[in-house]
Amino acid sequence: MNPYYGFITPAILLIILLLLAPLAWLIGLSFENEGQLSLHWYREVVTSGGIRSMLWTTLRIVAITTVIALILGYLVAFAMAHVGERQRLLLTLCVLIPFWLSVLVRALSWLILLRNNGLINTGLMETGLISSPVTLVRNETGVIIGMVHFLVPYAVFPLYAAMRAVDPRLMMAARSVGASSWRSFIDVYLPTTFPAIFGAGMLVFIFGLGFFVTPSILGGGRVVMLSEYVSVTVLQTLRWSLAGALSVVLLLATAALLYLIGKVTNLRKMLGAA
Amino acid sequence: MELSRRGQILVAGLAWLVGLFLLLPGLITVPVSLNESRFVRMPKEHLSLRHYQALFSDPGWFSSFLDSLSIAVAAGLLATILGTLCAVGLWRITGRLVALFGALVLLPMILPPVVAALAMYRTWVALNLYDTWIGVVIAHTIIALPYVVITVTTSLALLDSRLEQAARSLGASPLRTLRDVILPNIKGGVVTGAVFAFIISWDEIVVTLFISTRAVYTLPRRMWDGIRENIDPTVAAVASLLMAATVIGVVFALIYSVRKARAQARSH
Repeated sequence: MNPYYGFITPAILLIILLLLAPLAWLIGLSFENEGQLSLHWYREVVTSGGIRSMLWTTLRIVAITTVIALILGYLVAFAMAHVGERQRLLLTLCVLIPFWLSVLVRALSWLILLRNNGLINTGLMETGLISSPVTLVRNETGVIIGMVHFLVPYAVFPLYAAMRAVDPRLMMAARSVGASSWRSFIDVYLPTTFPAIFGAGMLVFIFGLGFFVTPSILGGGRVVMLSEYVSVTVLQTLRWSLAGALSVVLLLATAALLYLIGKVTNLRKMLGAA
Repeated sequence: MELSRRGQILVAGLAWLVGLFLLLPGLITVPVSLNESRFVRMPKEHLSLRHYQALFSDPGWFSSFLDSLSIAVAAGLLATILGTLCAVGLWRITGRLVALFGALVLLPMILPPVVAALAMYRTWVALNLYDTWIGVVIAHTIIALPYVVITVTTSLALLDSRLEQAARSLGASPLRTLRDVILPNIKGGVVTGAVFAFIISWDEIVVTLFISTRAVYTLPRRMWDGIRENIDPTVAAVASLLMAATVIGVVFALIYSVRKARAQARSH
């Protein structure tokens, strides 16, 4: 017996006993209705109009967020990979500071900016561009802005790592056979960085699906996404079995997406990079 | 890749716009925290420190600060010890089970926060850990564990495993080998892991929301209530302090990593 098994035992036991077993308990609850083994709650998830529309809202918001975060992240990563040292450092700061900033501080900042009597609306009204405040928060717009802001750094890191690894000779070769910058970008650079784009997109999507704080604060109870719905289900209506079934849905979606990332890129490397 | 002059300006310009979009919103809490009124708004005539005064004279905020600090120190320490041991163990264990164990320690990081929170909530109530200091510490330790394992594993990858074999063949026990041979070589990774674990715990909100109420009332939890109920400018003062700490921390870390990269480049 390898003596190093003793080293991993405490951590593994902690996770098995206090995370995996509770998780199994939660999943077990989802198959129970009035003391009987049943798929009732899964049927409820599929048939209930309210849940279906909540799931649809979640998917829509996360999909839009992912696309925007990827585009913005690609731009920043591309600039970071191809500008001088000093600009790269400053851009890195712009990405790292929000990345490390508490999610609550960020949600608060957006709330201050986007509220009806917030800075953006006040500014726009004082300059006379609008006569009444535009609703920017407590709706999908606010949630998407806040989530994009949170998730862009998660897209930048893997994209930047992939771009640094692109062999510059590849681009020189494309240029030397007569391709324009744009053409060589589209035909060579973009496909080369595609695995990273896919991986980063999936990572952002997974984070977005499980997101709780930003949608709860910026959605203001009007835009309810999956995580908040689950928490309301338990804390307010005490429907543990339904919460369990929704958790299983969220878990399966996460697992499937992780599997897809694993197929295209090196998952451990990506998690380490993030 | 080469870009035309115009292309370069365009790309850099757009990237800077995105950079400012990322950076500026957080800064907004600073002027708001300095406003003289009891509302959340920009300062109109003069700046005032009244919200900081309110913050520092409020025993509630102070006890939340202590709760968060003590929990983050304890959870950070526990996660660092367990995570380092686990990473070293996984580094020396071969066989099919390693992948399974590796996946298991990454689980807390991959699990959607609400799912982890629900699972723990129920169990913590059953185990009488609900709303206790130790309960929150254990939960945060579990959540921070993968970050330590990943950073330590990264520095172990740079370590020659023959060193460990040499120590063991000379008769050193695994623990002795860890202390005298492995740890001195992976110090950097362990310290980074500890810092990660501390920050993860310090910032953790979703699980904390579920497993504690008032007996343990962490800073993020108090901020959450301060934002959700009715934004109180004191929260902007807390946010500004956190913002300042983050900026200082990131700038220092960046300077350190640039210096290290330069020193390495020179020594090669």
